[in-house]
Parts: sequence; C-alpha cells; structure tokens
Amino acid sequence: MDDLKRTPLHSAHVALGGKMVEFGGWHMPVAYGAGILTEHRAVRNAAGIFDISHMGQLFVRNAGAKAWLNTVFSNDLAKIRPGQSLYGFLLNEHGGVIDDLIIYQFGEEQFLLVVNASKIGEDFAWLQRHLVAGVKLENLSDECAALALQGPNAEVILRKFFGTRFEPPIRLGVKVVERKDVSYYVARTGYTGEDGFELFFPATYAQTALQELIDAGQDHGLMPCGLGARDSLRLEVCYPLNGSDLGPDRTPLEAGLGFFCALEKKFIGAEALRKQKAEGVKVRLAALRQTEKGPPLRSHYAVFHGEKRVGELSSGGLSPCLDCGIGLAYLPVDLAKPGTLVSIDIRGKKYAAVVDKKPLYKNE
Amino acid sequence: MNVPESLRYAKSHEWLRLEDGCVGISDHAQGELSDVVFVDLPKVGRKVKAGETVAVVESVKAASDIYAPASGEVVEVNTALAENSSLVNTDPFGAGWMFKLKLDAPAETGSLLDAAGYRAQIGG
Repeated sequence: MDDLKRTPLHSAHVALGGKMVEFGGWHMPVAYGAGILTEHRAVRNAAGIFDISHMGQLFVRNAGAKAWLNTVFSNDLAKIRPGQSLYGFLLNEHGGVIDDLIIYQFGEEQFLLVVNASKIGEDFAWLQRHLVAGVKLENLSDECAALALQGPNAEVILRKFFGTRFEPPIRLGVKVVERKDVSYYVARTGYTGEDGFELFFPATYAQTALQELIDAGQDHGLMPCGLGARDSLRLEVCYPLNGSDLGPDRTPLEAGLGFFCALEKKFIGAEALRKQKAEGVKVRLAALRQTEKGPPLRSHYAVFHGEKRVGELSSGGLSPCLDCGIGLAYLPVDLAKPGTLVSIDIRGKKYAAVVDKKPLYKNE
Repeated sequence: MNVPESLRYAKSHEWLRLEDGCVGISDHAQGELSDVVFVDLPKVGRKVKAGETVAVVESVKAASDIYAPASGEVVEVNTALAENSSLVNTDPFGAGWMFKLKLDAPAETGSLLDAAGYRAQIGG
C-alpha cells in the first residue's frame, strides 16, 4: 500500500475510521464505520461528504483556449458562458472514450477540466500533444483538494459554511467564493443524482475545510462517505464509470450518451461517431434490474438471453434504494430495450433480470 | 473484540462449534465485510473437505468465500439468512450461523485456533 498515492485528506480518513482500499492507484476510503448502505441513504435523505481530491484538475487559459478545447471535447462549449459547466468526452480517432469529464468555465478564456483519477496522466499527455500555440495547459491535480457535498441538505450546509452572504450557484453553475483568504471554486455538480456541490481549492486547506464542513453539517445529518457509496449512488442513476462502462473500444453513442456529443461540429473522433450514427450502433449500454432475490450483481458477470450469452456486466452492485441487484451491460441493440427479460449467471446459477429505463432510480 | 472461548477458529475467520458442528464467521470478519446483503449457502447433504469453499458471503462491495473449517457433511443450513442476511452482522456467533457439519473426525480439528490463538491473529 506504500506505493499508492494519497490525497491531502488521507490522515483525516484514517482518523474518521475510514476503511482504506486501493482505487485506481490511490489509497482511498471505501467506507467509514457506518458502512456503505448507511452512507448511501444519508446522501439520498440528508447529506454526505466525499473526498474527491484524487480526481484530476487541469486548467486551460489564454486567448484561443475555448476554440481549442472545442476541437478536443465532444460537447459544444458554445453552449456555455463563464459561470457554467458542460459534461462531455475526450475521444480517440475511432470515437472511443479516453475520458469523460466536466469542463467548468470561469472567464471568457479560463477553464477547469475535472478528469478521472486514473486518467490524469493520459489525459494531460493527450491534450498536450494536441495543444496549439498560445493556449496554456496546466496540471494542478497535486495542488488541488476537492470535496463533494451531496444530498438534499447540501445547500443549507454550504450556506452555513460560507456564511449568510453566500449565494450558491444554480444547477451546473460554478463560481469562485472567498472564505478566510482561501478561494474555492464551487460547482453545483456531482456524481450521485442528488442536488449537491463540488468544491475545488488549495490542498493545504483540505483538513480544515473538511472539518468545518463536517461541523456545519452536524445538525443536518451529514455523513462522511467513501467510494463504496459513491459507486452505488452513481450506479442507481446510471452515471457511467470510465474504465468500467466506458473505454477506448466503446463510443458515447453505444453508451447512450450521444446527447453529449455535438456531431455538427469538428472535434477528434467526430467523424467516426457520424459514421457510426449513420450505420447504426450494434450494441447499447443497458440498465438491468434483478427481478428475483439473489446475490448482488458484479461487473463481468455474464448476461444471457434465453440460452445465449449476449454480454457481460460492465458495472454491478446492490441498489440500497431499490433493494435489488442492478447493473449496466452492453447488449445487442434489439435487446437493449426496457422490458427485455434476461438472466445473469452468478457462480453457475442463472438469476432473472430485466432491462429497465435509465435512470434506474430517481429521487422525487 | 468478541471472541467466545467455547469456539474453534480457522485462520480464514470461520468459527466452529465442536458440540454440533455449527459454522459461522467471526465478529471480526463481519466487521471487515460490513453490510452483508446475501449468503449463498451449500445444499444439505453435500460432503466437504476442510479448506474447501462451502458458502459465499456477499457484502455491498465484494463476494467472499467461506471455507469449511473441518471435513464433514452439511446436515443443516440457516434458512433465516435468505430473508435476513444482516443477522451475520448483528449476531455473528448466534442467529447469524451459516451451516452445520456432521464432522468426519471430530477429534481432528487440531489445526484450528482456540480463542486466544485467534485473538492473537486478529491483533485484538
């Protein structure tokens, strides 16, 4: 475990009773004492706080930044103005996914790219290779701490933390907020399907910020949450995880994420996507729900339609809110439709499941 | 950490009650697994060898094999776990038991640890 990377909150996790595990080269808490199920429910019903400092923060600025980013990013940055954000992909020439990310715009030519922990090096090198003169690209991942505050009580907790004059950004919005001489980039985004915020700020303030947020959340049911709950929360709302549900051999169209690809503009991978769209995709990422009591679903379990093996789970787990196994799997398009009955092989025994609408869970 | 004196323990965290061949997992093990959501139990009548995988305990995050602490025949399984697998968490040495073995050789469980030995292993 010694060669694993540590976030600036590593010792705080240990002090909070975090069960530390390896994740994408990082030593991270999978859960704290309360356990994944309790943490999951806290986020759905009250609030949870996650260390997401392992994620990458790449900054892009100077004249030409927006125009250049638009040539490497699948979504159209013309859709956003300073103070807004946009989800999309970095794609290879074949339309396969290098990474999925959110781009936050601060100034006319000032952007923050938040990328997956395991892809920081690859993304940075790839972006640098395509960089144009004049645009500045910086990897500040090691200098940044990041916290996700998620759940219906997130806003009231954040107001307590930042003080009465603080006005939170609107959904998908982002703003810079000063507090005790520290600048926080506060974004109303997340990976849980709940209202919530993601805070990016200098790593040296990580411990203080976490403690003060926990204090602010004390009367609002706030719990520290680990990667286990982060995974079950995102799976219920069918957000993809790169490396599992996305990868260089899968396109956003196959993943059902074509909405985040502006095919009318020019960007790396666009041509391959246009071709795939014209020809029609052969497989699509389907959401599955177990319909009989059985072991929870896990990634790589085989999916059967009748006697025929038609795919395997790219993600799987137990849904605490639906109280059944759920998962994602690339299936032939004619099967990847809500209502298709399938079965999932678990240790040689088949358990019934059904293809369902995404998201599998929606908070009312 | 709760480690009853009356039981024998495998290094892989199963406990065995010599009187009736009852098997479960330790308090330490359930704490490590947390949130047990499913237990895959063996069929009654199955003959198992010591060290063989007999059951699987599924937590939210992972599936863990349960090994037979001794050789014998499965004569009973805890059907209550089908409806309420969290008994493994709440009462690991009692209502959370998993299966009973008719031991082939009740005297040959010498490789199992006593409570003191197991306590030393888990550092508690």
